Amino acid sequence: METQLDFDRITRSAVRRSRIGKITVYSLLTLWAVIVLFPFYWMVLTSVKSYGSYNAERIPALFTLAPTLENYKNAFTAVPLAGYLANTLIFTLLTTAIMVAVSTLAAYAFARLEFKGKNLLFTLFLSMMMIPAELVIITNFATITNLQMRNTFAGLVLPSVTSVFYLYLLKENFEQVPDELYRAAKVDGTSDFRYLTRVMLPICRPTLITVIILKVIECWNSYVWPRLITDDPAYYLVSNGIQEIRENGFGRENIPAMMAAVVVISLPLIILFLVFRKKIMAGVSRGGIKG
Amino acid sequence: MKILLENLTKKFPERGRKARGEVTAVNNFSFEIPDGKLIGLLGPSGCGKSTALNLICGLETPTSGKIFFGDKDVTHLPPELRGIGMVFQNYALYPHLTVQQNILFPLENLKGKDRLSKEEMMNRALNAAKLVQIDQLMDRRPGELSGGQQQRVAIARALVKTPGVLLLDEPLSNLDARLRLQTREEIRKIQRATQVTTIFVTHDQDEAMSISDLIVVMKEGSVQQIGTPQEVYDNPSNLFVAKFLGTPPVNVFEGEVRDETLHIGEDAVLKAPGVSNQKVWAAIRPEGFLPDENGPFRCRLNRVEVMGRDVSILSAHTGCESSAIRSIISAEQIIDPDAETVCFSLKPGKVLLFRKDNEERIRLGGNPS
Amino acid sequence: MKKNNLKAWLYLLPALLFLIAFMVYPLMDVLVYSMEEGYNFASQTYYGVGTYNYSYVLHDPYFLQAVKNTFLLVVITVPVSTGLALLISAGLNSIKPLKELFQTIYFLPYVTNTLAVGLVFMILFQKTEYTNGLVNLILGLFGMAPIDFIDGPYWAKMLVLCTYTIWVVLPFKILVLTSALASVNPDFYKAAQVDGTSKFRVFTRITLPMISPMLFYLVITGFIGAFKAYSDAVALFGTNLNAAEMNTIVGYIYDMLYGNSGGFPSYASAAAIILFVIVLTITCINMLVSKNHVYYQ
Repeated sequence: METQLDFDRITRSAVRRSRIGKITVYSLLTLWAVIVLFPFYWMVLTSVKSYGSYNAERIPALFTLAPTLENYKNAFTAVPLAGYLANTLIFTLLTTAIMVAVSTLAAYAFARLEFKGKNLLFTLFLSMMMIPAELVIITNFATITNLQMRNTFAGLVLPSVTSVFYLYLLKENFEQVPDELYRAAKVDGTSDFRYLTRVMLPICRPTLITVIILKVIECWNSYVWPRLITDDPAYYLVSNGIQEIRENGFGRENIPAMMAAVVVISLPLIILFLVFRKKIMAGVSRGGIKG
Repeated sequence: MKILLENLTKKFPERGRKARGEVTAVNNFSFEIPDGKLIGLLGPSGCGKSTALNLICGLETPTSGKIFFGDKDVTHLPPELRGIGMVFQNYALYPHLTVQQNILFPLENLKGKDRLSKEEMMNRALNAAKLVQIDQLMDRRPGELSGGQQQRVAIARALVKTPGVLLLDEPLSNLDARLRLQTREEIRKIQRATQVTTIFVTHDQDEAMSISDLIVVMKEGSVQQIGTPQEVYDNPSNLFVAKFLGTPPVNVFEGEVRDETLHIGEDAVLKAPGVSNQKVWAAIRPEGFLPDENGPFRCRLNRVEVMGRDVSILSAHTGCESSAIRSIISAEQIIDPDAETVCFSLKPGKVLLFRKDNEERIRLGGNPS
Repeated sequence: MKKNNLKAWLYLLPALLFLIAFMVYPLMDVLVYSMEEGYNFASQTYYGVGTYNYSYVLHDPYFLQAVKNTFLLVVITVPVSTGLALLISAGLNSIKPLKELFQTIYFLPYVTNTLAVGLVFMILFQKTEYTNGLVNLILGLFGMAPIDFIDGPYWAKMLVLCTYTIWVVLPFKILVLTSALASVNPDFYKAAQVDGTSKFRVFTRITLPMISPMLFYLVITGFIGAFKAYSDAVALFGTNLNAAEMNTIVGYIYDMLYGNSGGFPSYASAAAIILFVIVLTITCINMLVSKNHVYYQ
């Protein structure tokens, strides 16, 4: 009987230990979740506080009983936020569209067509992935300036198109489409371009969507290049816009209005993320790096 | 070490969105495994074999019931205190460690007074490696070994602690056919040499038959039959066991017993003393057919396959469940492959009758087969 | 065959044009720039070829400040963020309910605009004449005097920069490590459990070696990423980073190119090449060090 008791004790202590472990793990995870979410909560909270009440708080309040949308009205009227958003939208759409078109064609050539020097050229393409943006941005700046393309969408978009990584992802995916399909299409007299658009792309849609989403995120958040190439606020993207708002907009201290602008800028991507959560996370873990 | 399972039951909460109920993976297991024997736990995939094994080794705790190792109740003991060695289906060899480090790994876990000296550990590891004949490979990594060699390393790692019980979870399923035959002999030999009580899980009846002292046949979480391989083959307790064991498989017919005689179709094929009038399943082993011009069992001949040692006859009978009957006869008997029909008489011991309703075995009176 | 050749090149043409114009040519040009002494952007003239640009950059106190800041940032954020990510992923992998929710939350910073959220961090840490800010309020609970993290002492500013950088880079690391941990064959853990391996030993002898390639990948990309830090600093301290003593090497390059001290592409090129050499060296050292510690399948 004594040994029996011993086992009971072992079991009970094991259960207790695993329960304490679980509680600790969940508490720590929750703590981190709070740290991650808190800035988001704070920006939403601050954006609905009125200018007066915010500045009256010597000790910041963790909630507000008198939410106001005044700041959002301000954000769209006192500074050209709508303009920044529209610019960013145009920039993102143009860049992504051109990037996808260019990369798809090249990826198709690498994956499907035979030509001299294919392997060598592909290796060269891959080695481009290692070149840091800082090295090439200087000349690009000079090029665009010399072409008189500062403060134009062409100047913003063209150097942002190149993305060797996405080309690589697409090529890898294209290569997984079985050769039989290509031969069958050829027997039916399908042209390469038609095969690409009617067969290849629909089959590789998931990868294509991943690539598009990742590029959209990258474009929406891009800051350095737009900052260099635009000094006319009419061409500012959201990142530059927020910097402009911080330094010159609203008068320096209107923080609630600033936060309203921050919410408006962050919202599109957060919605995009929540909708395509799985795709984005899978795509990023396949090799995305914060760009 | 003797192992005793008492009413062992394991239920899992059902998976999926609409999950409400429970799935019983192991249902009311009770049997005893004698000391030093090799037990084959046999059943189709998903029948709860692996869960049973996990219960015995302590990776899962039972919902109810008890497990005894010797006289000790180990039901709630964590695995490391049970004194077991386990070989996993994919071996679970640590790929970043050498063979030697893999074998040493369990010994290095011991703490306090159980901890062995460095030389003693090396010695034991070497002995275990010698036992499975991999002592030349000690400095290799698992990735540099063939499947069969990895298997041996896994066994050495399981044996190095000198466990009271050795558990093998589908250990041969990752090997090719030739290696599988060779390795199962190997396992048998090692088990004989060490005399360690061994439980061997498999879904391959051939494997289980060839190396086990005792076979436990499982279906949907329940034990169907326990016995020596020959017993289970000759004397299955229900239709499932009869169908599951034997290659080629048993031929099953819908038959009827009338006046203590088994009828298949219109043919009165065999005496069935002591069996009341009823519809039955009649299962006939392939070797139970004797070609006989005047035999009562008449079939349409489809094909004759010559296999050297014996001959396989494919034929069809109207009362057969599957479309083709496969019977094995010795090569000396001559069958005309172009004949339209073929007639058999049946060996009484090779014809098994099962109830139509619950598929339980019907024993023949006066014929203790 | 010849026709197919032609077609392939036609498909490749747009990509080639873009790459040559905006990557290959600039790559060569940046070397040329860095050697042209006294280059004038407006007149596009220079009066000598040599290494003066490099020597100027290496003697520029702003550049040295930027190098110091960047190295501090790297040395602090890479180990801390990798360690934290490992801890969080290990926690995430040990639970079942709510795992997906936590994963989603943890990934959120990845998709946010660095500049925009940086502003929120600034407000949380900032001390103004109206308020001490929320962080100071919390620190006050532990009896600490309020500190101005944004316009105050150097160490405080560095602390905020590191905190924000870690907040920004963690999502990627957690994501990668969580999937690396999840892909370790569970049989290894079962085998270890049967052998009575302690939790600590399982982690150091099995888990770490199994995920070491991914961990190593994260360390390398972490170093590279941290050396290129820039927009985090801008988000917190504004565009005039030199004045805030918070400039980074990349920030210095952009400032030289265009901005407050701007218009010196030669200096910018020299600084960019110096950065490239630093990153390359560190990556090589990483590779050498890890060679003995990383297990590849």
